[in-house]
Amino acid sequence: MIEVRNLTKRYGPTIAVNDVSFDASAGEVLGFLGPNGAGKTTTMRMLTCYLPADGGTASIDGYDISENSLEVRKRIGYLPESAPLYPDMGVIDYLKFIAEIRDIPKNKRSPRIKEIVEICGLGSVIQKDIGELSKGYRQRLGLAQSLIHDPPILILDEPTSGLDPSQIIEIRNLIKEIGKQKTIIFSTHILSEVSATCSRVLIISDGKIVANGTPDELAERAKGEQMVHISIRGESEEIEAKLKTLSFVSSFKKMEPDDGVFRYQISSQQKHNPAEDLFRFVVENNWSLIELRQETISLEDVFLKLTGSETAGSS
Amino acid sequence: MSNTSAIFKKEIRSYFNSPIAYFNIIAFLGVSTWLFFWLGGFFIGNQAHMRNFFDLMPWMFLFFAPAMTMRLWAEEKKMGTVEILMTLPIKSYEVVLGKYLASFALLGAMITLSLPIVGLVTYLGDPDGGQIFASYIGVFLMGAAYISIGFCASTLTENQIIAFILGIVICFALFAISFVPALSYFGLVSHFGRGLARGVIDSRDLIYYVSVTGFFLYLSVLFVESRSWR
Repeated sequence: MIEVRNLTKRYGPTIAVNDVSFDASAGEVLGFLGPNGAGKTTTMRMLTCYLPADGGTASIDGYDISENSLEVRKRIGYLPESAPLYPDMGVIDYLKFIAEIRDIPKNKRSPRIKEIVEICGLGSVIQKDIGELSKGYRQRLGLAQSLIHDPPILILDEPTSGLDPSQIIEIRNLIKEIGKQKTIIFSTHILSEVSATCSRVLIISDGKIVANGTPDELAERAKGEQMVHISIRGESEEIEAKLKTLSFVSSFKKMEPDDGVFRYQISSQQKHNPAEDLFRFVVENNWSLIELRQETISLEDVFLKLTGSETAGSS
Repeated sequence: MSNTSAIFKKEIRSYFNSPIAYFNIIAFLGVSTWLFFWLGGFFIGNQAHMRNFFDLMPWMFLFFAPAMTMRLWAEEKKMGTVEILMTLPIKSYEVVLGKYLASFALLGAMITLSLPIVGLVTYLGDPDGGQIFASYIGVFLMGAAYISIGFCASTLTENQIIAFILGIVICFALFAISFVPALSYFGLVSHFGRGLARGVIDSRDLIYYVSVTGFFLYLSVLFVESRSWR
């Protein structure tokens, strides 16, 4: 659906987007993650044909963004950051306007607008002028505008920015629902949003892609080392002696024992989950397993690590 | 064409949803009527002609054309709505044309609403109908040119005040050169005062106004696309 090859954009001496390449196939929900100024918006603006690229190419549904800009724009629904709308227009008038430019046949416009109002939850505000809408409704109207022509591709720039938590959940669910049949690219700062909604994540920093994979893959990548917390009731000397013999244990740290239960933080270099092996280890030695907990590396750790910031404490 | 008309309808709605249109129309009619009847000494002169009215127009447009067009592009840039507009499947010239026609329609409405003056003058005396008719054609064409300049100014900035002032400056420049012998061919008034205002419909004057309008609209399309050169 979307093929991006070596896309580049310069603003004077600064390179905003630096040789970016990625793909998005039909039905994927791709998350753009990155610090402010990383190049997410600029990349989106090139894909939507708002800005021309200085280098590289991209094609959307087979159409090149510079050669067939009109065809590309027909197939995309775009919601820029801050959902810019016309304050002195009525909600319905605006949707009619967009419907007309989107070439929705005259007789289909009213039913389609009704449908979109329903889908985006705009029912209570259709009589209002856009200037009277709250941020949440403006965002929904922006989304409505991007969906009204049922495009195969949606590009959303920070669709949840400025919304309160309940509104964020609504938009997120909406995106998830829509994402089942469409290809969606959306950018965000909220890392939890990405794991909740995306099938794949692109982390962009300083104009370059620093990570590209599923949320799990990325967590794996940043792990390097797996960490498991285990609490065993047994003889501490015996436990520690035997732990040392385990091949998959690279090191372990003894934590505060708790009333006959000895706690260890075990590091393992192996690729697959050491928790099972540790379970078997405890059982084979007839000890009691009190707790077995895997340390989860959050996407936040991945993000911070890959964008060059200090890793937030994974103990 | 349907894209152009969609833009046209949107802009007209925009004009009339806010005080802008009403204010402009009332101010234009009020000032021009007052200037014509009182300051222009219509009753004192005791002659049933509207020459003084039409001679006012280049000065009225100098102010009102930029006032009506200053928001057309600058506002879109300022509010960020240009980002949605230009990522719709629409061509730049369709947007420019749609917006331009909306402002021209507003100007047309303003001018048309001055027709009662014609009625009054005709009632009071026996004016030269042909001259008035030709003069109105001149006013529409001259207005079209002024509006195209104002629109062009709006595409150059996201600040409406700057667009307004820039519009006045360029309009004035083209107005002023009408009185400079070497350049007077390019002057906005030259093709009105000598021909159309006297009742002479000369195709050269028509061509002049259409060309000026076309030129500035063409420039506008170029400036609109120039974000591509950013």
